[in-house]
Amino acid sequence: MISNLLYRRSTLRLLLLLTPPLLWFGVVYLGSLLALLAQSFYTFDDFTMEVTPELTWINYTALLDDANADIVLRTVGMAAAVTVASAVVAFPIAYYVARYTEGLRKGLFYVAIMLPMWASYIVKAYAWTVILTKGGILYWFIGKLGLTGALEWVLELPYVGGTSLSTSNIGRFLVFTYVWLPFMILPIQASIERVPPQLLQASADLGARPAQTFRTVILPLSFPGVVAGSIFTFSLTLGDYIIPQLVGPPGLFIGTMVYTQQGSIGNLPMAAAFTVVPILIVGAYLAIARRLGAFDAL
Amino acid sequence: MRSDGPRAPWWLKLLAWGGLVFLHFPIVVVCVYAFNTEESAFTFPLKGFTLRWFQVASEREDVLEALGLSLKVAVAATALALVLGTLAALVLARRQFLGREALTLMFALPIALPGIITGISLLSAFKLADVPLSFWTIAAGHATFCLVVVYNNVVARLRRMPYSLVEASMDLGADGLRTFRHVLLPQMATALLAGGILAFALSFDEIIVTTFTAGHERTLPIWMLNQLGRPRDVPVTNVVALVVMVITAVPLLLAWRLTRGTEQVAGSSK
Repeated sequence: MISNLLYRRSTLRLLLLLTPPLLWFGVVYLGSLLALLAQSFYTFDDFTMEVTPELTWINYTALLDDANADIVLRTVGMAAAVTVASAVVAFPIAYYVARYTEGLRKGLFYVAIMLPMWASYIVKAYAWTVILTKGGILYWFIGKLGLTGALEWVLELPYVGGTSLSTSNIGRFLVFTYVWLPFMILPIQASIERVPPQLLQASADLGARPAQTFRTVILPLSFPGVVAGSIFTFSLTLGDYIIPQLVGPPGLFIGTMVYTQQGSIGNLPMAAAFTVVPILIVGAYLAIARRLGAFDAL
Repeated sequence: MRSDGPRAPWWLKLLAWGGLVFLHFPIVVVCVYAFNTEESAFTFPLKGFTLRWFQVASEREDVLEALGLSLKVAVAATALALVLGTLAALVLARRQFLGREALTLMFALPIALPGIITGISLLSAFKLADVPLSFWTIAAGHATFCLVVVYNNVVARLRRMPYSLVEASMDLGADGLRTFRHVLLPQMATALLAGGILAFALSFDEIIVTTFTAGHERTLPIWMLNQLGRPRDVPVTNVVALVVMVITAVPLLLAWRLTRGTEQVAGSSK
């Protein structure tokens, strides 16, 4: 039997099994990633709109232009803000589920967090455009609470404000925080659940008040979970280009820039150079997260 | 610690339940607006309730075409991902060999890197290889990240399965294929099913990679994105949004039911 032969020649079997997925990943996926990287050094002629395989650094030096650096800063700033906000909102939920729920209620919370996480991304983005629009639910609700004046004041602030909620940075920030929030809750919950109860007992026996136990035992031990969650919120915001199109002020994001460069302008080299930015940032972030022990919390 | 467990302070409960409400609010909004009587506005409160737009949407050629394409792509991508992901998992679950770490890392890349990078690199590769954008380029793009999902599910299951089962089967004279069919496959069945459902839902909903690999084809999420750019058929869009959500959420709940409790498969205690 051929399969017996294959079992005995285990290296051969290994190779045979591994070939299809390896071909797929090695050739199709990694191959195209490398091809993209190579093209970031190609030359784009502004006049003829043609790409030639003449190697150049010009795409990378162009990244440092004011306009392009602005795009990078704007995107990274938003990603950082979204990450911090997600952590703040996620922590109490994760803490409550991990420490105070059991059985059926724990299952309920788990499903209730999973469902919005897996629910269609484009539908969630769409739902928020409906909610944030002028005359929509949120405006109605704020009006009912008598806070319209306060909202107008907030919208006039520089950087965060805009003409309406759906064209302001607050709106964009809100949508980003919403869509990535479950990615932050779950790792934090997992890391809190992994804190051994004996440690908490020991802390109480030694006379620590609950707040002290929280600060000196639970918080440091669950920090890797926060870092693990932040990998998702940060990297997902960095690469997103749908939400910045739909909600918020007109300024470009890294994602929208990549999309416009390759799509409407046809400047694939510049688009490729721009994609290297999130790759490098995410790479550095992962390296730091690894040192902080976040990978054990995944 | 007392045996009845600690009680949560009221403010913590409030924050946690408030968080849940926040998470579900937009989903409720989508469900409610699909039954809105008004044709062009998002004004709130709603004026009335109707089922009319479901009828209208079910007669729209463009919607039906997009729905059909999305389903076909999801089936093709899931099938590809199931085969490739299972093969990869079978090899990487237990064996030690040179380059194993690198391979494991490679399989995490499409999820760790932003989707736009997967999208644009596939597009540039298709262009370089002169592959015209079509149904198959979309399916290939989707299979790349669906593979990761299947792989993760199956590899987790295989690692929990005691290897002695495979050895016993071999000792009793079963060849590799038989062992796969009678021992490995039944053990992996729910993991495969769950991975497949997850892959299907992911592919059905995918938009970022799709916009790059689709060419002129329009999946349902792309149809929605186009509508958002120039909102003309608001009621139909609301209905489509509801349909997309049901088609992704229901299978996911199923997948969750399937994998629940399998942490305790035979032999996992050791």
